[in-house]
Amino acid sequence: MKWQIPFIVSWILTVSHALAAGSGDVVLKHKDWSFNGPFGTLDKAAMQRGFQAYREICASCHSLDYIAFRNLADLGYNEAEIKAFAAEYEVQDGPNDEGEMFMRPGIAADRFPAPYPNEAAARAGNGGAYPPDLSLITKARANGPDYLYSLLTSYKDAPKGKNVPDGMYYNVAYPGNLIAMPQPIYGEDVTYTDGAPTDVSSIASDLVYFLTWTAEPSIEKRKRTGVKVMIFLLIMVGMSYGAMKFIWADVKKA
Amino acid sequence: MSADKFSNPVVRWIDHRLPIFSFMDHELNEYPTPKNLNYFWNFGSLAGVSLVIMIVTGIVLAMSYTPHVDHAFQSVERIMRDVNHGWLLRYIHMNGASFFFIVVFIHIFRGLYYGSYKAPRELLWILGVLILLLMMATAFMGYVLPWGQMSFWGATVITNLFSAIPFIGDSIVTMLWGGFSVDNPTLNRFFALHYLMPFLIVGVVILHLVALHRFGSNNPIGIDPSGPQDTVPFHPYYTIKDFFGLSVFLSLFAAAIFFFPNFMGHPDNYIPANPMQTPAHIVPEWYFLPFYAILRAVPDKLGGVLAMFGAIAVLFILPWLDRSPIRSGNFRPIFRIFFWVFLADCIALGYLGGMPAEGIYVVLSRVATAWYFLHFLVILPLLSVIETPKPLPQSLSKSVLGGTAMAGAASAVKEKM
Repeated sequence: MKWQIPFIVSWILTVSHALAAGSGDVVLKHKDWSFNGPFGTLDKAAMQRGFQAYREICASCHSLDYIAFRNLADLGYNEAEIKAFAAEYEVQDGPNDEGEMFMRPGIAADRFPAPYPNEAAARAGNGGAYPPDLSLITKARANGPDYLYSLLTSYKDAPKGKNVPDGMYYNVAYPGNLIAMPQPIYGEDVTYTDGAPTDVSSIASDLVYFLTWTAEPSIEKRKRTGVKVMIFLLIMVGMSYGAMKFIWADVKKA
Repeated sequence: MSADKFSNPVVRWIDHRLPIFSFMDHELNEYPTPKNLNYFWNFGSLAGVSLVIMIVTGIVLAMSYTPHVDHAFQSVERIMRDVNHGWLLRYIHMNGASFFFIVVFIHIFRGLYYGSYKAPRELLWILGVLILLLMMATAFMGYVLPWGQMSFWGATVITNLFSAIPFIGDSIVTMLWGGFSVDNPTLNRFFALHYLMPFLIVGVVILHLVALHRFGSNNPIGIDPSGPQDTVPFHPYYTIKDFFGLSVFLSLFAAAIFFFPNFMGHPDNYIPANPMQTPAHIVPEWYFLPFYAILRAVPDKLGGVLAMFGAIAVLFILPWLDRSPIRSGNFRPIFRIFFWVFLADCIALGYLGGMPAEGIYVVLSRVATAWYFLHFLVILPLLSVIETPKPLPQSLSKSVLGGTAMAGAASAVKEKM
């Protein structure tokens, strides 16, 4: 349980910060994610579903700048599938020999094309609000995975007396409780090929798996390496302690 | 040091002309070290190892980093994603800064408790404070390099402090920025300086070691070794003890790197810098929080800046504030209490520095800041006059009480841990 202490401390700090900010209470739901803890792993099936949900729900507004199609191999897709995903997108390339920019189908080395050419266009298309890039979203928010899950599942009718301006929505997971993003998931928004449930919380959870991976593709490798390194170091601690006691044995008696 | 103590003829030939082997033998092998050092004496070597880790990972990271406002954030993400083991290098470097400060803070508080700053080690202490200052400047500039939101706004807040200096303040800020706001020239010069300063630290560390080896380590009893019966050769006794300490340190360090790499960071720094949008709370890295609390505790801008730098400056003159001839806190019953109060005060300042500057936090910050300076400027000078120390042992091995003193002193040390 010791390894959870930093999580608990950071959670307390986050909550106290949010309360101190005084701009509407933030209520987070806490889930036991498979990637939590030192032995945590990512759930490939959930990430594939989350990838589908991202493409069909989020991608119309949110970019994914740091992910290239080739990275999808981490999700368990083979080369042919990755090429097929990439080819679904038109990517600008060039200039060619005539000096013209041209469009071509995407290849595995391309990054996900953004839905808007620039921030101004994104704001213009979303009533002045800027949909942030999602690549790092679970690392760029305190308790990212819980926060994202809560945000996607905490749209509610505003309590009486709470003034919700036009183009804003009430969400208890968002700081200040008023968010410009309309509720993105209502349930049955996607049809999964593996027959997994498509209620709001299942889709939200799948997205959390996918976006936890996009934020840190090395997360599983990091933890697996960590376990090996810790075993090595703990043996080193034991051996160097024994060597120290052996060497110091004659001094202590003197 | 005669060269014929080396059996290898090549070593002997070189050593006769360039006595590096004699030097190493003298300073690392036979170097006499008090035999009663406790584990708090491990932190000097740990700080040295931390510095090496930071320099090595930093140089490798610099090979893939781009110091430009349009590319810095991306290049860091590229290191995290596309550079082989880049995520590991970057997490080591990022957490290494925190662990370096943890180690150095413990090292400093060990010096404060055992009076390691007292004669004849004043210059050793002053060089150490200089290292702390250089470390702070290096860490601050390093935190700017990923060009996230906290990088940008932290740089803005801290560089703006210099504008409080009368007459030349604004010119200094313009010079730091290389323009009229934190922008690409700022990032470029911070990168250049962040690369330079660790080597300045290495230089001061060498002086720190030269000064250390002049009189050797202080020890928990705080009296000088009276002869060879009180010391052991550095090797193998302290090489193995330092190695054991290093193993424990690396275990904790690795646990942070592999299992909570972002715990000591701030989530906002994974958002690219945006000069048009201020984060809700601008907080520096945790190791600056006590100083940040002191800065904000003073209602006047110049006063705050002076107090913050004063908090370090007072350490430079500490050897002349605490005039008590007794080094070790073990033999100073009143000092000992105030030491722990002071430690608690520093931790409280750290906590308050992370809280918003409003309501009760402001009041508490002022009390804690006042106590910080009171401790150095009033309590320590006063204690050196009024305190009656406990009787000191005659030597590290024997005592005034005869025979049992070593055991008594050792148990006093154990109580402290």
